[in-house]
Amino acid sequence: MSKISVQHLNLWYGEKHALKDTNLEIEENKITAFIGPSGCGKSTFLKTLNRMQDYVKGVRIEGLVSLDGEDIFGKGVDPTLLRKKVGMVFQQPNPFPMSVYDNVAYGPRIHGIKNKKKLDEIVEKSLKSAALYDEIKDRLHSSALGLSGGQQQRLCIARTLAVEPEVILLDEPTSALDPISTSKIEDLLMELKDKYTIVIVTHNMQQASRIADKTAFFLHGEIIEYGDTEKIFSFPEDKRTEDYITGRFG
Amino acid sequence: MREQYNEDLKKLNDMLVEMGNLVEISLEKSKKAFKEQDKTLAEDIVRGDQSINNLEHDIEALCFKLMLRQQPVATDLRVIATALKVVTDLERIGDQAADISEMSLSFNGKYPYKTVEHIPTMMKVCREMVHEAIRAYVTKDLERGKRADAMDDQVDVLFSEVKAEIVEILKEGKENIDDCLNYLIIAKYLERIGDHATNIYEWLEFLMTGELENTQ
Repeated sequence: MSKISVQHLNLWYGEKHALKDTNLEIEENKITAFIGPSGCGKSTFLKTLNRMQDYVKGVRIEGLVSLDGEDIFGKGVDPTLLRKKVGMVFQQPNPFPMSVYDNVAYGPRIHGIKNKKKLDEIVEKSLKSAALYDEIKDRLHSSALGLSGGQQQRLCIARTLAVEPEVILLDEPTSALDPISTSKIEDLLMELKDKYTIVIVTHNMQQASRIADKTAFFLHGEIIEYGDTEKIFSFPEDKRTEDYITGRFG
Repeated sequence: MREQYNEDLKKLNDMLVEMGNLVEISLEKSKKAFKEQDKTLAEDIVRGDQSINNLEHDIEALCFKLMLRQQPVATDLRVIATALKVVTDLERIGDQAADISEMSLSFNGKYPYKTVEHIPTMMKVCREMVHEAIRAYVTKDLERGKRADAMDDQVDVLFSEVKAEIVEILKEGKENIDDCLNYLIIAKYLERIGDHATNIYEWLEFLMTGELENTQ
């Protein structure tokens, strides 16, 4: 069974039909990449997976999105608990203006963990999982804003990991980073996929081909093609996919 | 968009067409040199092989440049990857045509063309097969490629017949041993030329379908 199943998902921002009858099965413990030109709907689709769209005024959603077989729009679903299971990392690293430690401990505290020892354990484990601990273990109580961009982004990943999610959504997580920081994040995602299901929106085609197991190509609010990354990048079936990935438009 | 990229891909195709033409000419000449025992022509073919080798080098360099600068995907990736493989097959066919010519020089006017009946037939079939495989590749014509590929069975049968003929000649006397060994080597070169033509078809198939057969 897929980790996330999306069936006949339509989304409107007011009059604008932003997602058109999209269907997708996201596999567990795999990295799935969403590619496509700006405004194609890939970020909209991503944000629907943990109901970030709830905050958008005038949005209307139809269709089914299920996590482990359960409808995420179901009546009994608490969006905060859903977002604990389905975490998100954004394009610009967005650490809170507080210490490294407090950034990582923020989520667990919100979810009721007060015990200092337990929080220490979570912070250390999360920073280690995000391949950041060794670099900043002596600066845990310094401001997170003093970290480099790449470190800030890994801190944001650590913050996401601290609440023990099952799925991690990443919206262009390396587009503001230099190649070395990008490479560290990519290595990290490859390691994390053993434990988590990862979905990444990227404008960097090479990034998708380097790290993703599956790739979906979005265009004008539709999913044009979805399949194994190697297949998509070596022999795409749809001419529009071919034209986009070879740089004929976009 | 991609103007330079498209120009380079066109240049790559033009260079492959040119290399294919040179290889075909070399093979045709080696057939003539063998048949007519033409030493001058044979030497000309051996010298001409250097042009084929140079072109192979230039095509490889262009492919590496495109991989480095454009990081090709999809059809572009398959075009460049297959070009890199096809030039190797073309270069080998060129080498073998030159080897056949070189070997022809050692027959010393004994009219070998008539001695082993099936070698000229093998040459004719190989020449045709290489021509069809190269044309199929440059025009992206899978059906034509399939017909070229099918000719390889004929080449293999002819090779077996040449071997049988040579065994018969050897049974008749020992005075022809050197020539017989040379005939056998020439036949083996021709058989390999057939295999390289088959490879060209298989790379065409990969280019067009994304499916990879086991090339020889």
